[in-house]
Amino acid sequence: MSRAEPQFDELYREVILDHYRRPRNAGSLAAPTHQAEGANPLCGDEIELDVSIEGDVICEMAFRGQGCSISQSSASMMTERVCGGTVEEAHRVMGLFEAQLVESAEPDPALGDLEALHGVAKFPVRVKCALLCWKVLREALQTNDNEATATPKGG
Amino acid sequence: MTIDTARLREDFPILGREVNGHPLAYLDNAATTQKPRAVIDALTHYYETQNANIHRGIHTLAVEATEAYEGVRAKAARHIGAGNPEDVVFTRNTTESINLVARAWGDANLSEGDEIVLTLMEHHSNIVPWQLLAARTGAHLRYADIDAEGRLDLDSLRSLIGERTKLVSVTHMSNVLGTINPIAEIAEMARGAGALLLVDGAQSAPHLPVDVEALGCDVFAFSAHKMLGPTGVGVLWARPGLLEAMEPFLGGGEMIAIVKPERSTWAEGPHKFEAGTPNIADVIAFGAALDYLHDLGMANVREHEKRITGYAIETLERAGGITVHGPRDVEVRGGAVSFEVEGVHPHDISTIVDGYGVAIRAGHHCAQLLMRRLGVPATNRASFYLYNEEREVDALVAALDEAKRVFGRVESRTAV
Repeated sequence: MSRAEPQFDELYREVILDHYRRPRNAGSLAAPTHQAEGANPLCGDEIELDVSIEGDVICEMAFRGQGCSISQSSASMMTERVCGGTVEEAHRVMGLFEAQLVESAEPDPALGDLEALHGVAKFPVRVKCALLCWKVLREALQTNDNEATATPKGG
Repeated sequence: MTIDTARLREDFPILGREVNGHPLAYLDNAATTQKPRAVIDALTHYYETQNANIHRGIHTLAVEATEAYEGVRAKAARHIGAGNPEDVVFTRNTTESINLVARAWGDANLSEGDEIVLTLMEHHSNIVPWQLLAARTGAHLRYADIDAEGRLDLDSLRSLIGERTKLVSVTHMSNVLGTINPIAEIAEMARGAGALLLVDGAQSAPHLPVDVEALGCDVFAFSAHKMLGPTGVGVLWARPGLLEAMEPFLGGGEMIAIVKPERSTWAEGPHKFEAGTPNIADVIAFGAALDYLHDLGMANVREHEKRITGYAIETLERAGGITVHGPRDVEVRGGAVSFEVEGVHPHDISTIVDGYGVAIRAGHHCAQLLMRRLGVPATNRASFYLYNEEREVDALVAALDEAKRVFGRVESRTAV
């Protein structure tokens, strides 16, 4: 391997691998107010998300899933970042995250750990892995409280 | 005769390119194969010198194009040991060939309570058309199991085939496990039950000498692009008499004899199933691919692939932290080698090895039932063809070491 050495350490930053190996907020909530699930049917990544909202604050989140390091670490970091904030703030972070990946925008400091995923923008086929959990979150936030257990399957 | 890959690779322009600064190691041949210069030239030659619509035409170009197109029907028949080119239909791909049978034969021959017997190692293209047929007719699907080594469990299959069985449809070679199924034995079971036997030859026709007479199947389907030919051409062979007994699949031009206001009569032989202008140019270029394989000899292709598959399995297992699926014995398997790397998801593997110019596939390989049976969400798959060399296996294994390093980082740090 004396030729061009690809720089995977940039894509697979330590913080990503750490979230992949030790996902935060993994599991389920006893009484979620919002739920959704989604999959990337072509590659098999899956995320199920429970959200608990009081007023306009996201007080608890938990996710279950399987898939590659990018899809699972994105979900783990997403729950850490948006939990405790308002729904409006979650949507704002979602916009910043998508801009980082889809438009290769400079990472915004407001992204926190999620900034680590900016390297994915250079791997277009993997962008959908990083975005899956956010698609699921958007869908979960659109459901009404009383629909929480009857969310249509996404993906 | 041993295949001289160094010389042969010069016939494939794409194998000379670099990917991400490394020589391309193309190990995704179960998905599609690369094309030799002869096939690419055949396409150009057709468009530059013979392009015309086939059949019906009186002018010279139409006659030449028709002869070239029909000539490939004969070559495709010869490739699978079929006696009569008129039993060969050109379709878009294996998937369309199977759908054609499900519609044109299945709709007329299955009814409520009938059974269709498949296996857990089928590609979605040999599952979903039968699910649709079952939904239309009320028939039921039955799936034969596999054993621990990824071979078809023949006792399981035998127990499922009975008097209600109207169709048995199995792959000749698994696109995930590489397993080669004993078709002649399965044909006896199907015949005993009076059931039709369809063989999905998408992975076998490119890699093994195939003789449909010896196999004893009723229908055999395969695709040109997995055997050096262009995309967009599939082949359907049916035993003599079967096509005549089937109603058309698609209606339109080219497939009729006489059209009247209320009712038409059908063209004879395979033409009944080739409605509309077919993929003339790609069929003709497929002829060049069949010539290329014939010149090499399918027995030689098979021997080469046995060697490199054996080398790959041995090298992967020796590398450590890697689990290989499917039979170890290269006599009963082909060159599709699925494996997992401990602690690293296949998508991550695929991205990393691509950085070293190594093209493999990651995912469910259109075989979700098999993934569930194996208890994995996805696998990595390296798949070989006549132009692959051992050094490409070495490049894969070296790139896998890098994947292990990247993913081992956090663990090794916490261990310190």
